[in-house]
Amino acid sequence: MENLIALLVAAPLLGAAVLLCGGRRLDRVGHLLGTLLAAASFVIGVVLFADMLGKNADDRTFTQHLFSWIPVEGFQADVSFQLDQLSMTFVLLITGVGSLIHIYSIGYMEHDERRRRFFGYLNLFLAAMLLLVLADNYLLLYVGWEGVGLASYLLIGFWQHKPSAATAAKKAFLVNRVGDMGLSIAVMLMFTTFGTFAFGPVLKSAEEHLGGGATLTGIALMLLLAACGKSAQVPLQSWLGDAMEGPTPVSALIHAATMVTAGVYLIVRSGAVFNASPDAQLVVVVVGAVTLLFGAIVGCAKDDIKKALAGSTMSQIGYMVLAAGLGPIGYVFAIMHLVTHGFFKAGLFLGAGSVMHGMNDEVDMRKYGALRKYMPVTFVTFGLGYLAIIGFPGLSGFFSKDKIIEAAFAKGGTEGWILGSVALLGAAITAYYMTRVMIMTFFGEKRWQPDGEGHEPHPHESPKSMTIPMIVLAVGSVFAGGFFSIGDRFLHWLEPVTEHSHGNAPISATTVTAATMVVLVVGAGLAYLQYGRRPVPVVAPRGSLLTRAARRDLLQDDFNHVVLVRGGEHLTRSLVYVDHTLVDGVVNGTAASVGGLSGRLRKLQNGYARSYAVSMFGGAALIVAATLLMRAV
Amino acid sequence: MSFPLLTATAVLPAVGAVATAAVPAARRTAAKWLALLVSLATLVLAAVVLARFEPGGARYQLTESHAWIKEFGVRYELGVDGIAVALIALTALLMPFVILAGWHDADPQETGSSRWRPTQGFFALILGVEAMVIISFEATDVFLFYIFFEAMLIPMYFLIGGFGDRAHAGSDEHAAAQRSYAAVKFLLYNLVGGLIMLAAVIGLYVVAGNFSLPEIVAARANGSLHMATSTERWLFLGFFFAFAVKAPLWPLHTWLPNAMGEATAPVAVLITAVVDKVGTFAMLRFCLQLFPEASKWATPVILVLALISIVYGALLAVGQRDIKRLVAYASISHFGFIILGIFAMTSQGQSGATLYMVNHGISTAALMLVAGFLISRRGSRLIADYGGVQKVAPVLAGTFLIGGLATLSLPGLAPFVSEFLVLVGTFARYPVVGIIATFGIVLAALYTLVLYQRTMTGPVKPEVSALPDLRVRELAVVVPLIAALIFLGVYPKPVTDLVNPAVKHTLSDVHKTDPKPAVEAAK
Amino acid sequence: MNPVNYLYLAALLFTIGATGVLIRRNAIVVFMCVELMLNACNLAFVAFSRMHGNLDGQIIAFFTMVVAAAEVVVGLAIIVSLFRSRHSASVDDASLMKL
Repeated sequence: MENLIALLVAAPLLGAAVLLCGGRRLDRVGHLLGTLLAAASFVIGVVLFADMLGKNADDRTFTQHLFSWIPVEGFQADVSFQLDQLSMTFVLLITGVGSLIHIYSIGYMEHDERRRRFFGYLNLFLAAMLLLVLADNYLLLYVGWEGVGLASYLLIGFWQHKPSAATAAKKAFLVNRVGDMGLSIAVMLMFTTFGTFAFGPVLKSAEEHLGGGATLTGIALMLLLAACGKSAQVPLQSWLGDAMEGPTPVSALIHAATMVTAGVYLIVRSGAVFNASPDAQLVVVVVGAVTLLFGAIVGCAKDDIKKALAGSTMSQIGYMVLAAGLGPIGYVFAIMHLVTHGFFKAGLFLGAGSVMHGMNDEVDMRKYGALRKYMPVTFVTFGLGYLAIIGFPGLSGFFSKDKIIEAAFAKGGTEGWILGSVALLGAAITAYYMTRVMIMTFFGEKRWQPDGEGHEPHPHESPKSMTIPMIVLAVGSVFAGGFFSIGDRFLHWLEPVTEHSHGNAPISATTVTAATMVVLVVGAGLAYLQYGRRPVPVVAPRGSLLTRAARRDLLQDDFNHVVLVRGGEHLTRSLVYVDHTLVDGVVNGTAASVGGLSGRLRKLQNGYARSYAVSMFGGAALIVAATLLMRAV
Repeated sequence: MSFPLLTATAVLPAVGAVATAAVPAARRTAAKWLALLVSLATLVLAAVVLARFEPGGARYQLTESHAWIKEFGVRYELGVDGIAVALIALTALLMPFVILAGWHDADPQETGSSRWRPTQGFFALILGVEAMVIISFEATDVFLFYIFFEAMLIPMYFLIGGFGDRAHAGSDEHAAAQRSYAAVKFLLYNLVGGLIMLAAVIGLYVVAGNFSLPEIVAARANGSLHMATSTERWLFLGFFFAFAVKAPLWPLHTWLPNAMGEATAPVAVLITAVVDKVGTFAMLRFCLQLFPEASKWATPVILVLALISIVYGALLAVGQRDIKRLVAYASISHFGFIILGIFAMTSQGQSGATLYMVNHGISTAALMLVAGFLISRRGSRLIADYGGVQKVAPVLAGTFLIGGLATLSLPGLAPFVSEFLVLVGTFARYPVVGIIATFGIVLAALYTLVLYQRTMTGPVKPEVSALPDLRVRELAVVVPLIAALIFLGVYPKPVTDLVNPAVKHTLSDVHKTDPKPAVEAAK
Repeated sequence: MNPVNYLYLAALLFTIGATGVLIRRNAIVVFMCVELMLNACNLAFVAFSRMHGNLDGQIIAFFTMVVAAAEVVVGLAIIVSLFRSRHSASVDDASLMKL
């Protein structure tokens, strides 16, 4: 049974290889093949899951060793897999949501002539993501880590003829590379500290606090840097908004449901390291809390439906990172929120894609309105996702987010109060911006107009291949949270891997829930007052200073541009100059002076035989004189 | 006496070079095929060397030794260790692709010049370089090595100066002037390096009384040969300078961008992937083994220079407007990594550095040759002249991207393994150096992706709208290289197994052991 | 007779030859002066051979004669062709040896 693990990765990898190398011959079946292999991976995942359920909680870790990857004196890196409850959760999420989005893409990408390649990239992504969660050591995880980065790069830039898409793809890769630097330094630190970077020994040593507190904090912070890059957390968040240039299924799969949550996986997986370093944990919760608000604020100001959702993704991952930073009281809930978020956010993005599909790829919500009449299925599924994300009682988000807020309070002390309040505030803003999206898109008056060439959009419901995945995800958004929470199912499932402890909450769970409900109503109500009661202007009003800043992603891009891009350009340009004039100049100068000297010497050679004869005799006389002189001395 | 396999491996391309040069002027195609066949046959011989070599066995294997110049104790001594075998295999592997990629590079531009035989000369020179490089990897006699280390400059000079890139922005005269400037610069830099090395070689003879590397190393190890500290340092510097020019290390690097920019793409590959490797290889074989104490003495300075190379090369690559010069600066950055790995003096660092030499050879070849195909289509080397190529030539763009991804060390492709080993090996002994070097990976992503974005994506420029995609001959060049990159990225064990024992020997020569993990050291 | 006297004679002849090479313009005369210098050397060699009682000097003298003969062949050929092309045998009329 354990030998099936490699197949999980192999199936989509095969798909990617065949689709990308196969050429045009496969254009007609490529999408089917890709979907089939994604589904195959899902089926294998389910089989393994069933097998795992049949075992005791303590024997649920499967391992499979494939081969020794980099054997060098004192350095052992293997290609081997580890499938435990945590990985299993991810495998099911990735392959499940992945398969659905493959199906959705069949319809969404129908008119794209490069659809085969799109499916190849999607399969490549699945393979890399599965490698990431199945690796049993940090170096192999790193391979998956960069692999998903590559897939993300290729997919964001899928419409390469658009310069904006190509730039966004490059930006995503580069920002992620900064994070990857953190991961590679973390691996190096592990190697020099523990002599290995396999999960088992590293985490065990960290539990025993071997290696010293400073080193462990260093490792933890570097891992956090990596997580920030991949999960778009402050300060490496800037790429996610731009990443929406990619086709919408990509935004749903990679930039909402799976890849961006890899950072959370990394932190939870390395729980022992973080537990050993309270300082690092503090940084983690701060990053989580800041991003939570940052993303939410950005989400409020965006008129582009996908960018609003991207802000929301950042914010929700902020919740997860916050929970993960809380330590054993939060790990389980971080993952639980990750899974439920996977359902509802993927559903929301697919809904947004469906809307765009019907609206000639218009993304500006100010040009939507009243779409509920034209796209009933999209409206209902999107609406359920909306209710789930704001934490409507009984739906998925309610359970998972509530737990995180509880856990934040349970952190204890002033810290707990601050974190809890931030989480609550975040919930309010979430309710606000999601209500805004909902109202602007589906309610009110229709605001679309003919475009410059006179084409008026004809909103229509999307084909079955697109609506069915949306329906499935909506079902997940509704029931997953409840299913997980009844009898603490999810907690018991993950506990053997992540540990769990109950904190001492200063306020009761009921109070938290009540408070959450209050902020939810306030947030949603505000949005209703602002957008539901009044007509939405088609041209965005100027807005307050904060709104304008939030529209520009709170000026982070401007900062990057001025400091990194401009600064970098000046640096490279001056270096090119230095290389040309100074480094090269020294050499050329030497050459020129030698040349000048030889030019002068050349004049001595006038070509007249007798002048040569004179110099010969002079030379001979000199030598004779020197010889005599030497003798005399 | 057994068959002199190593001699044969080097002599075959040399004979092939002479034969290719002798092909009559009218039969250009025959000369090409002959050169290709000879390079393939050399590859077969190299494969035999690889097969006959036992990784766990004696340090130098397949040795040959004959008296040569008795008066000076110069011997014709050949022998290979794992590092040399790996590099010989790399050289032999790359040559057929270089020849195939340069298939039309030396066709006479106008018919009628019947007495001048550029095509024959071009391929003969390439084979000549191959022969000299291979024998440099094999020589265990310092003098023998020196001769071929220097001699390979001659064919390289003619390859750079005589067969330039036809895609030149300026007029023909301007192009010719640039070309001869590049060739002369290449020659002068390397001659100066070689001259200083010659002084050191003579100095070594004065001190040691012979030129045999194994003998001198053994004599130093058992104490029968004493070298004063200052002598050892001067000799080390003499050798190192020559190798640092060849490698090239900052600030001795400026010949490389000129040479790679002006030469045709296959010749540029020859320079950076093959000839320059002799420099880094010689650091490992001669500097560290002959002068262990001086090597350790110079390590801090060399590490700093290597770091500067890494960051400086990458930053300059970002600022380039010419595709081939960009790749050249990227190579300078990568050579920084190789030298860093060598002088970190850890198993991981040196194994990584050796692996890096192999991987860099393959990855640069892939990137540079595809770039060459692109340049020959459009007739321009300027990045700004391209845009949207992936729309018209998706296979070309795809292979270019893979070459670029290899250059930025994407995991799964071969260079990642070596780069990570170098970083980890450096970090183990010098954490700060390791961390600074890690910045190189971000910069590598920057220059590669910027290059790809500007040339391949965006709206299709009118000038590139009719570019044909890769042809069969070009695919035959690129696909095997990419396959090798993927294979060695997933399964580098064959190479590491080859290299590990040799690295162990080298480390014991310099009396260095790997730093223990902190946890173990504390116990 | 004291062999040293032969050396004096050789030095004298050599000086005459050298002076002739330096001050005469006619290529033929210059040429003859070169021959004179060579023969002065020959004389010195033979004298040394006699003084040291071995044959080395005499052997070298033979070599010199062979070289001189070869030189005559080449040198005269050059002078003749020079004269043909320029109608002058003056060494100052030609400066073809510069770069």
